[in-house]
Amino acid sequence: MKKSEIPQDDSPLRGWTREVCYAKNEDGKYESGLSTGWSIKADALEEAWVEVDRRIEEALQLVRSNQASPILYFMEKSLMDEGVLSHYTGIWKWRIKRHLKPTHFAKLNDKLLQKYAKAFEITIDQLKNFK
Amino acid sequence: MKEFKHYQAAHCENGVTVGLLQQAGMHQITEPLAFGIGSGLFYIQIPFLTLQSGPAISFRSIPGSIFKRTCKTFDVKLQSNRYRSEDKAIQEMDELLRQGKSIGCQVGVYNLSYYPKEYRFHFNAHNMIVFGKNGDMYEVSDPIMEETTLLSEEDMRKVRFAKGVFAPRGHIYYPKQEIHVTDEQIKIAIQKGIKRNCRDMLRIPGGVAGVAGINFTARNIRKWKDKYGDRKAALHLGQIVRMQEEIGTGGGGFRYLYAAFLEEAAAITGKDELLIVSEKMTQAGDMWRNSAVQMAGIYKGRLRAQADYNVSADMLNAVSALEKEAFQQLDKIKWK
Repeated sequence: MKKSEIPQDDSPLRGWTREVCYAKNEDGKYESGLSTGWSIKADALEEAWVEVDRRIEEALQLVRSNQASPILYFMEKSLMDEGVLSHYTGIWKWRIKRHLKPTHFAKLNDKLLQKYAKAFEITIDQLKNFK
Repeated sequence: MKEFKHYQAAHCENGVTVGLLQQAGMHQITEPLAFGIGSGLFYIQIPFLTLQSGPAISFRSIPGSIFKRTCKTFDVKLQSNRYRSEDKAIQEMDELLRQGKSIGCQVGVYNLSYYPKEYRFHFNAHNMIVFGKNGDMYEVSDPIMEETTLLSEEDMRKVRFAKGVFAPRGHIYYPKQEIHVTDEQIKIAIQKGIKRNCRDMLRIPGGVAGVAGINFTARNIRKWKDKYGDRKAALHLGQIVRMQEEIGTGGGGFRYLYAAFLEEAAAITGKDELLIVSEKMTQAGDMWRNSAVQMAGIYKGRLRAQADYNVSADMLNAVSALEKEAFQQLDKIKWK
């Protein structure tokens, strides 16, 4: 890549920082230069977020139709999977998987709910009275 | 205390390595040198593991290794702490800052408040330097940023104790001594770094790491459309591109950065062969970027035939062959 070819596309970097790229100057020597972003990877990042939003929406529908507990929704919204959530709450993964089911969720005590609420940075009330 | 000089870098760990070593007195170190001496170039697709439900792929060596290897090569004693207690982690950092130390610090980006939301996934192997504290605010030199930034104590606590894969557990590190290095030592360090990188790219058994790992991914790509369907297969390709190009790589999956290192290495050691290999690494970087353009065609929905996946895979096979050739050439260099 030549220094003059370092992409200067619009990207989420805008207004935040420019990133360092390594490219060849006119004498054919490497130099660092700054880039505002590259559309190819901005698109990849955007697609990743479209997928995140799709998963959140899917979780919301499952919770509303009582096929999943609110934990699923907040887990997706916090970009977590069972592994990350388990690490944040200290609750084992297999238990979390059970708590994703509405029947098990209904039986959870406040102590456990508090652990989930803390991980999601919400109140217990938001878990109990999911809207 | 010497005033802290912010160093912006393509890759966070290189930037922190350069910042800390320069602060400790080593004026010769640059980002490409740190990357090459620390044998940072790599490729691996870890089988059976998924990240954000996509393939777990990395274009660089394991987080922390560039700093550790560079320090070890120059015989620099370093202090490295992890903590059980958050309070203790904060107290000790504050005490070190009062003594005028600059500290390398591993953090998660999910709660890194000065990052834009688009980049804040649960990624825990980000590195920055903390060099001061004013009241409740830490002064931070994040190598990704053009300028230094501030971070509140509350946020610092969150990012230092982020959870999940590579959880930092408050990890801090810094050189314990002044560092003065001769040009002769740098020459030897370059040789060591290159030899280790040849081993990593050519001789790790198992077929998922190094140049063989690139072919492993190519084989996977050919199966993705049938196995996962269009949407998920396309997302997987998007993940490859993000790992390859996202902030911190210098473009082309670190290949340009390594080419820059080889060019510097040639000037320092007088080995002209390194320039020939540098040229090949530049070409490899270009090929990685071309493959990203091809994959973008798929995840943007313009291309969706099995043949299009095959083209992406063929491109990776070609990169693998070229990198194999480049590292075999490096491997054959007679240093004495």
